[in-house]
Amino acid sequence: MRKLTCDACGHVNPQGTSICSECGKPLQIDSNDIESNKSLLNMRYDGSAVRSKTHNKSIVDKIWNFFSSVKIGVTLIVITLIASAVGTILPQEMYIPPNVQPADHYKDEYGIFGQIYYQLGFHNLYSSWWYMILIALIGISIFIVSIDRGVPLYRALTNQKPTRHESFLKRQKLFSETDFVSQDDQENIIFSLKKHRYKVREENGHILAEKGRFSRWGPYVNHLGLIIFLFGSLLRFIPFMHIDDFVWIREGDTVVIPKTDGEYYVKNENFILETYDEEDERFSEAIKNKGMVASNYQTDVVIYKSTGTQLIGQDPDLAEIKQGSIRVNHPIKFDGYALYQSSYQQNEFSSISFKIHKAEDKDEKALANFTVDLTKPQSLYELENGYRVEIDQYFPEYFLDEGVPRSKSKYPRNPAFVFFVYPPNQGEPEISFAGIGRNVSSGEGNEYKVGLTGFEMRDVTGLSVKRDYTLPILGLGAAIFMIGVIQGMYWQHRRIWLHPKGNGLMIAAHTNKNWYGLKNEFAKIIADTEINMVIDQEQEDD
Amino acid sequence: MGDMVSLSGNFLYLAFVLYLVATFFFGGTIKDKRSQGTKSLASRIAISLTILGFLSQVGYFITRWIASAHAPVSNLFEFMTFFGMMLVLAFIIIYFIYRLNMLGLFTLPVALLVIAYASVFPTEISPLVPSLKSHWLYIHVTTVSLGEAILAISFAAGLIYLIKQVDQSKKSKRTTWLEIVIYGLISTLGFVLISSIFSSLDYKATFEFPFDEQITEVEYNLPAIAGPHEGELLTEDRMSSVFEVPSWMKGVNAAKKFNTLLWSLVTGLAMYLILRLLLRKRIAAAIQPLLQKANSELLDEISYRAVAIGFPVFTLGGLIFAAIWAQEAWDRYWGWDPKEVWALITWFFYAVFLHLRLSKGWHGEKSAWLAVIGFAIIMFNLIAVNLVIAGLHSYA
Ligand code: HEM
Repeated sequence: MRKLTCDACGHVNPQGTSICSECGKPLQIDSNDIESNKSLLNMRYDGSAVRSKTHNKSIVDKIWNFFSSVKIGVTLIVITLIASAVGTILPQEMYIPPNVQPADHYKDEYGIFGQIYYQLGFHNLYSSWWYMILIALIGISIFIVSIDRGVPLYRALTNQKPTRHESFLKRQKLFSETDFVSQDDQENIIFSLKKHRYKVREENGHILAEKGRFSRWGPYVNHLGLIIFLFGSLLRFIPFMHIDDFVWIREGDTVVIPKTDGEYYVKNENFILETYDEEDERFSEAIKNKGMVASNYQTDVVIYKSTGTQLIGQDPDLAEIKQGSIRVNHPIKFDGYALYQSSYQQNEFSSISFKIHKAEDKDEKALANFTVDLTKPQSLYELENGYRVEIDQYFPEYFLDEGVPRSKSKYPRNPAFVFFVYPPNQGEPEISFAGIGRNVSSGEGNEYKVGLTGFEMRDVTGLSVKRDYTLPILGLGAAIFMIGVIQGMYWQHRRIWLHPKGNGLMIAAHTNKNWYGLKNEFAKIIADTEINMVIDQEQEDD
Repeated sequence: MGDMVSLSGNFLYLAFVLYLVATFFFGGTIKDKRSQGTKSLASRIAISLTILGFLSQVGYFITRWIASAHAPVSNLFEFMTFFGMMLVLAFIIIYFIYRLNMLGLFTLPVALLVIAYASVFPTEISPLVPSLKSHWLYIHVTTVSLGEAILAISFAAGLIYLIKQVDQSKKSKRTTWLEIVIYGLISTLGFVLISSIFSSLDYKATFEFPFDEQITEVEYNLPAIAGPHEGELLTEDRMSSVFEVPSWMKGVNAAKKFNTLLWSLVTGLAMYLILRLLLRKRIAAAIQPLLQKANSELLDEISYRAVAIGFPVFTLGGLIFAAIWAQEAWDRYWGWDPKEVWALITWFFYAVFLHLRLSKGWHGEKSAWLAVIGFAIIMFNLIAVNLVIAGLHSYA
């Protein structure tokens, strides 16, 4: 590899260096650069060699250079940005009604555009392979660029020499030259620099005042945070890391919490739905305009842990570990799991009571009574006076589907039955249909009728079950990102070089951002001296 | 309690008036001979009035909080007024760093516009639904709007830069885009004006239309240019719709919102054309001479600095706090809903802004255009996601 020997101090610099790391003299590599002799120095990484700018031979170099190009990085982000926007044009699949065929839904609702959108897979854009690859490429790019630039930055920042070549100072953006500086002023400016919290270092009368160096690491810290965050999101693909399930529980029931290997149980003691008071003068106007507004959804629960081994068919031994209420925004947490109030169903039937009476009997005097527990309906009920009832069919949520009785779900929201009624000492049953509000529709010519006498209702709560071991990693990534971004954005790396020349002083100043602030600060630093204010050489060019 | 509500309303009104007067004083500083004279009387009055206005708006915020027993950031009116307040706060912060009067002349009108826009929406205090009952709501909403407000300062500085720098001697793509940006701002004013005019006339027209397999009614407060799909006018003596919105516009209020958007654009266009006729040149060309004293380099610096300051705040509020809250309220920290996605887009965009500036040397005009686009994205998320995308998504 070609080395670059500095013609001022003789230091040998690695290829790609543009400013001698020893004395600060700009290194002229080819004739083009000589022309730009007067122009300002490119101070990025203080002229240290960047790997991606010097290696371009092997395939590894080529890949490396691809990912460490900011142009490529920015292009990747822009493509991801546009793709993300496209995904919001129509609802994603998870937001369309659950009981429809996506293919039909997009076509019916949004016409030909919807059909194309669906065909292209945009209805699941954010989980598509190509969207994930985009994110992964951004991650790789951040990783490689951080090494590519981090190394020269480290080299530059750990090698800050107070003595810099004259041409180094002259070609800084902020520069001033004062022909005569008194001994007092020499001392004043150093005192003033220290007062402004600069770290001042001296070498043979040459001075470097520096502050906020740590802010240069900001981008690297924030990129590290992003990489940790992306790594955490990747871990979600390992099944063990993350659980996402859902359970319906009726009031009074105790059920096993899914995905806990039968280890945890939850009991729904009570479900509560509260609404705002219409009389409350604060909200009366809004409630009048918009209708009732719920104020609280809550499930009071007890969490149990099963103890010891459990025999098949036997109830497990349960030990209570936690009691509390779950409200929206206030999940209950235990042993890494969290239960969230996520859905509810009010007034589900828990049991229904019937009586059997003679069809002609105006008074409907009960000949026999029975109660069907809807959580465990029996197939046969032996009743008083020798009556027997068999459940032929049970429709938990009854509806008529083009004349045929069917059930919408397995939840007892509108239960109906087809009973076989066996009168005493009879082998042939009568068929009877009974349900809420339709206890009249017995079969033609039946001698007996089944009538409703009462029912009990209860609420059902829907809880989602979560356990996510990736959260701490994501949180860590986010925290590191924030530290890095604040470090890089709210502080600046400022440097001021003082270079004695005869009885005078050459001064140059550099910052990585906020030149306005640096100029103001410099003006304050030299306020009590005869030293000349720095001139912005970039502005002069315009 | 009612007293508290009206007291709060008065505070807001006072703040509005103070900002308005302050704007004129900032305008007065432009003619000031002593160029960047922040020590001039006019500029001292202007910034004092701004601070007084801000304090008055803080008074509005606190009294309304007491009256409603929850932080007033829970509906569109409350959120937008809060955003206006944060705009003023962001301006005050940047003002004390850079002391640029001209920034006040451009930022305060935007804040005024935002507050006026907010007041068009229902201002009654609404009860909080359970999913909003969380401290994270306040923390999230306040930081995200502060972040967006600081980013908006970048837009204000960028806009001044563009009006000053873009060559107005001949028509070009840049002059056209600049006029479009100005037209956008005027349309917001158009929206406020047209809504206030028809609401003072108490205009009401009810339409009936099929929605979700039922017949639903919707009340228009502006004459219907665009009516609901298969809608029927019920109110007598009211204008029937000129055309019906296509069937894919979902949501009960989609057609009504679309109609409002049309009215804003039409009114804005009328106002814009009248201005053009009066000035006999492009609006930007008419403003340009007033800005000659502005220091372009400083404007460029402010535009960048505002992003540097606002980006971390936005990240914290718009992504991190948002995710923490979503995790507590909906058991998932990220759900790809359009509002979330647009927050991510905003974040990506400003990341691009910073990288182009830092590594590719996009300074000056290029950077100013980016600041304008960034603000457009923020406004899109604040307003259009509710208006346009929610229309497609049949919620809200
Ligand atoms: C969404 C993802 C990203 C975010 C949020 C992000 C954020 C940042 C921030 C805030 C800075 C500091 C900017 C400034 O000081 O003005 C920065 C610097 C930088 N970023 Fe990124 N970045 C992202 C992705 C990338 C990618 C994909 C690349 C790859 C090419 C990249 C390369 C760089 C470089 C080279 C710097 C300058 C470092 C230095 O000053 O030494 N970034 N990034």
